[in-house]
Amino acid sequence: MKARHKKLMLIGIALAGIGIIAALVLNAFQSNLVFFFSPTQVAQGEAPTGRAFRIGGLVEAGSVKRQPDGINVKFVVTDTAKSIPVVYQGILPDLFKEGKGVVAEGKLGSDGLFTASQVLAKHDENYMPPEAAHALEQAQKAQETIVK
Amino acid sequence: MQWASVNDFLSMGGYGLYVWGSYVVMAAVVIIEVMLLRKGRSQTLKLLKRMRNFENES
Amino acid sequence: MAINLYYYASPATFYQLSGKLIPWFGWSAVILTVIGLYIGFFMAPTDFQQGEAYRIIFIHVPAAWMSMFIYLVMAFWGAIGLAFKTRLSFMMSRALAPTGALFTFIALWTGALWGKPMWGAWWVWDARLTSELILLFLYIGIMALWAAIDDPQRGDRAGALLTLVGAINVPIIYFSVKWWNTLHQGASVSLTKAPSMAKIMLIGMLVMAIAAWLYTIAVALYRVRTLILERERNTDWVKALVEK
Repeated sequence: MKARHKKLMLIGIALAGIGIIAALVLNAFQSNLVFFFSPTQVAQGEAPTGRAFRIGGLVEAGSVKRQPDGINVKFVVTDTAKSIPVVYQGILPDLFKEGKGVVAEGKLGSDGLFTASQVLAKHDENYMPPEAAHALEQAQKAQETIVK
Repeated sequence: MQWASVNDFLSMGGYGLYVWGSYVVMAAVVIIEVMLLRKGRSQTLKLLKRMRNFENES
Repeated sequence: MAINLYYYASPATFYQLSGKLIPWFGWSAVILTVIGLYIGFFMAPTDFQQGEAYRIIFIHVPAAWMSMFIYLVMAFWGAIGLAFKTRLSFMMSRALAPTGALFTFIALWTGALWGKPMWGAWWVWDARLTSELILLFLYIGIMALWAAIDDPQRGDRAGALLTLVGAINVPIIYFSVKWWNTLHQGASVSLTKAPSMAKIMLIGMLVMAIAAWLYTIAVALYRVRTLILERERNTDWVKALVEK
């Protein structure tokens, strides 16, 4: 390959790189900076209507119900102020648990039911052995009883 | 220590593919970088030596 | 003092000095990696929510830290070079870029392998992941720019300018999990609060981070020495060195 051709190719790569960066940034600013909406934001009408979006919050304790057909699963996403019922068909991630974080992508029906096409688990930034987590839980419970 | 056997260690609680897939690629990339560095240096030295010999002859 | 600095900033002196330092940095990196891996796999316990999958953290977080830190150091040397016209600082910047790109790639790769089993997706376009991907393209773009410009001095300046403009991305990566709703969780370790990790897990991660740091210094010095030889090939000291 001639030096001139090599140079042109490299300039091309550099330009393509900058172009990809610009496209990614624009794309991100347009729609993806808000990765998900909380149920409160949805209730206030901040979520887009008529197209798919993501909701995020906690899986309400006791709300996960496998449907009799064995395919669909229903649960409620809550931010403790508002909540949205979700129906989903597919494999749930390993960290999907009641009381834990979740992000669901899909469409909100006129009946208020959110039909999810993808469910992702959102975990927190805590890392500890199970015994420590257990002890922490016990301590929290003990404190709650004292407060009561 | 939490590993009962070598297999237990390798399976990583069922996440072996993900955990070892991370570590193996990390190791490979580091080895490649070090190899490229050594190669680059020896090539440069060879080139400079050739240039030097050429200068001395002419 | 000023004389001393200039003395060490001369490529000839720096070449000799760095040659002596590289083995020290390199071997300490190897030793610390062995210690870090031992802590990570044999001393650190299983995590309460992620099981054994969390052990990816011992390379993911150090790689992600290095990807951002190396970029800032590159920008620093670029700025010094532009301000004081010191040849060596531009060379340092060039020597760091490939390793920065490497760590960015590792952060993304290990993140994907971690995200799939834990979140349920290899990749999502949230602010944290997107800005880290932009960092990889910045590294590649800067290196391509250097490779495309034959005149070293012009290349140095153009690369340094692009590096400085792109530096805005680093705080965006770091604070993305605070500024926007992201799937990626917040920082476990930061200056403003106590780390939310069990102590032994944290120690393993920090040992690996220091190892990554030492490795970076060793390879960057190695690369800068080759660069010095190429750029100073017409000086007497390089000629003497080659003939040995």
